[in-house]
Amino acid sequence: MVLSKLRELAGGSKDESSGDPFVDALRNALSADRVKYDGAHRSLHSHDASVFDGGNSGPVVYPETTAEVQAVVCLANEHQRNVVPRGAGTGLAGGAIPLGVPVVVAVTKMNAILEVDEANSIAWVEPGVINLDLTRHLAPLGYHFAPDPSSQQVCTVGGNVANNSGGPHCLAYGVTNAHVMAMEIVLPSGDAVMLGGLDAEPQGFDLRGVFVGSEGTLGIVTKIAVRITKNRPAVRTLLMAFDDVRDAANTVSDVIADGIVPAAMEVMDKAITAAVENYVGAGYPTDAAAVLLAEVDGLDSGVDIDADRIAEIGRANNATDVRLAGSDEERMLLWKGRKTAFGAVAQIAPDYYLHDTVVPRSALADVLDQIYAISDKYELLIMNVFHAGDGNLHPLIVFDGRDEGVLDRVHAAGGEIITASLDAGGVLSGEHGIGVEKQKYMDRMFTDDDLDHQNRLRQAFDPGCRTNPGKVIPSGHSCADIQSLRSVPKEVWG
Amino acid sequence: MSATLTVDDPTLLGFAEEVGETGPVAIVGGQTRWDIGGESAGEPRLLRAPEGIVDYKPEEMTVQVRAGTTVADLHVALAEKGQRTALPDRGGTVGGALAVGENDIRALGRGRVRESLLQVRYVSAEGRIVSSGGPTVKNVSGFDLPRLMVGSLGTLGCIAEVILRTNPIPAVSRWLHADRVDAGTTFDGLLHPSAVLTDGSGTWVQLEGHGADVDQQASILQTLGSFTEVDGPPVLPEHRWSLSPSEAGAFPASDGDLAFVAAIGLGLVFADAPQPLRRLDPAVTLINERMKQNFDPTGRLNPGRDAGRK
Repeated sequence: MVLSKLRELAGGSKDESSGDPFVDALRNALSADRVKYDGAHRSLHSHDASVFDGGNSGPVVYPETTAEVQAVVCLANEHQRNVVPRGAGTGLAGGAIPLGVPVVVAVTKMNAILEVDEANSIAWVEPGVINLDLTRHLAPLGYHFAPDPSSQQVCTVGGNVANNSGGPHCLAYGVTNAHVMAMEIVLPSGDAVMLGGLDAEPQGFDLRGVFVGSEGTLGIVTKIAVRITKNRPAVRTLLMAFDDVRDAANTVSDVIADGIVPAAMEVMDKAITAAVENYVGAGYPTDAAAVLLAEVDGLDSGVDIDADRIAEIGRANNATDVRLAGSDEERMLLWKGRKTAFGAVAQIAPDYYLHDTVVPRSALADVLDQIYAISDKYELLIMNVFHAGDGNLHPLIVFDGRDEGVLDRVHAAGGEIITASLDAGGVLSGEHGIGVEKQKYMDRMFTDDDLDHQNRLRQAFDPGCRTNPGKVIPSGHSCADIQSLRSVPKEVWG
Repeated sequence: MSATLTVDDPTLLGFAEEVGETGPVAIVGGQTRWDIGGESAGEPRLLRAPEGIVDYKPEEMTVQVRAGTTVADLHVALAEKGQRTALPDRGGTVGGALAVGENDIRALGRGRVRESLLQVRYVSAEGRIVSSGGPTVKNVSGFDLPRLMVGSLGTLGCIAEVILRTNPIPAVSRWLHADRVDAGTTFDGLLHPSAVLTDGSGTWVQLEGHGADVDQQASILQTLGSFTEVDGPPVLPEHRWSLSPSEAGAFPASDGDLAFVAAIGLGLVFADAPQPLRRLDPAVTLINERMKQNFDPTGRLNPGRDAGRK
């Protein structure tokens, strides 16, 4: 790869010296205004939406083209610097925090919806496109982008790819991996390649499939062909209230056992429902121990049959109230309440720690009981709002960080929640990923051999472990990461 | 490392011992796609993966099954609880279907193979049992080795046991056929058909779901042409082509007398001539080669086969 050619393609211009030859080279390759090296930018990019701090970031760059991303990666290689890709920074596991003073590649300026190709049921988008903007763009054509994480108003499709994001409606439609057909990525070598394809069965190993959810450790995605989903003509949304959260959980399990796969099944417990209702006024019952939001979509006859059956199952599980949303407005309001649940928590306490584990659906009720016991043990308020349909729990530990010693209790309670989920046959994460948050728990789910093979996969893309080093795989299983983090040039201040 | 994670199932341990640490090995399933990815080389020891359903949880829509189980046997057991998987049943095994990774021609209705594998246990080139993924339908815990295994032709590990996602069998399934209708228009007029196939003159449609929904979709078909009930899809020509949906819809690209059946909306075409060799980008080939080198440094797993030559 000829760097000068890439610089030319990137249309770079010379800028005044920063005192760091790497920064100067980046400014030369991009433009001075898209290479930020001031304290404010570096400090801002030392965080994502998690509670974890990275060190300081190195320069923060805002490329606008694939060629510019390539130029940045090549320069990072030349200067032996690490690279961390970043979307909107809404990740909750610390996946985008900088370790080893990396160059942070923020893709937010690569935000064009390039093409909607109805003949192939896909849209080509750049990684910085906001998830909800894509669905809004598709709406007049009768399509949507199915993954709908709660952060969809701000999170990027590139971030969705990195984290294999889910959302309430992934129960029937599948998470991001099912909706990415092909991707252009810039490899850690600086080469740009296409993974996957629009054809039914692309040849070679499924590198597209392993890239999705790799948390920015395998390269930087620069263009994505996402599957677009036809809007269903009929939708029914049921709101059910229960006096016991176990009854709500059992309803969810029974619906699936009955052979119905709803578009979404979400549960909120009493504490979070009260907060949401006070915040949005969506009409949620605040006296119930739990509410279950169930949605089915498809054709008119089928959705009525499924909605009736779900209501019947709810009543058999002691639902105290079963309500069918009477209008699109009512339905949208109910969803608005669900999707702003985390914002609503600010009324209760200034800080929260949102967990993410998955358990078998049939274990939901028992694991919830254990979570409430953990809440009592550590004298912490834990609220539960979760994707019940796929067993994806989101215990929300609410606290005030100014209380002395509270963070220790928050982390200890979190550890017990993870243990309870794994003991019930569950997994570490359903949609937030491992990042730095759950590295220390990886050996509770995987053996040394398992982790060794994950590392082999990673190193096929990035033999030097320079792309988002120090994430996902625990350090003891990824020697190259340790080397790349230790090899930060001495003159780089952290 | 937690000792509880170590696989202690004697059947799997026995399989790992059979695979061993040295010498070329290949796993034999139903040999329905034995010639895919090049010819077997190096006279490998031919082994069979263990058989049997380990744990079926219809209420979770998951099944834990050993790789040597036939897809037919698996589907018979699942059908008792009204469920099925995305795996195509061509007389082969679960492990074979996953290693090959080809979809059923009705994949729009029953899902893609690559999305059906939740957890995989395989024996590595070093004779070790490796697990990845998990038993839940949603999981982003670590790198996605299950995705890597689907379609890898057994060149990265010997698949021993898997957990698959199951799906409910719809209440009603109907195949309809008509001549002289445009297959693309037919596909566009329907909501989520399970299959729309064309041989250039006739169109076959599979509708699945609640009876009333299927009736409603069938009535839409009647506005497009004289569709009549048939038993199933047409006989498929021998050679499989992987194309984009738009290419499949315009198949064949050049004039000729190719006999074919194209799956509209999916991109699969079956024709009586093979697809011209597709070429991978050299930079992608390099990653494939590194992957193979990292997982099987001595090249002992299914030698001769190359997933890039499918």
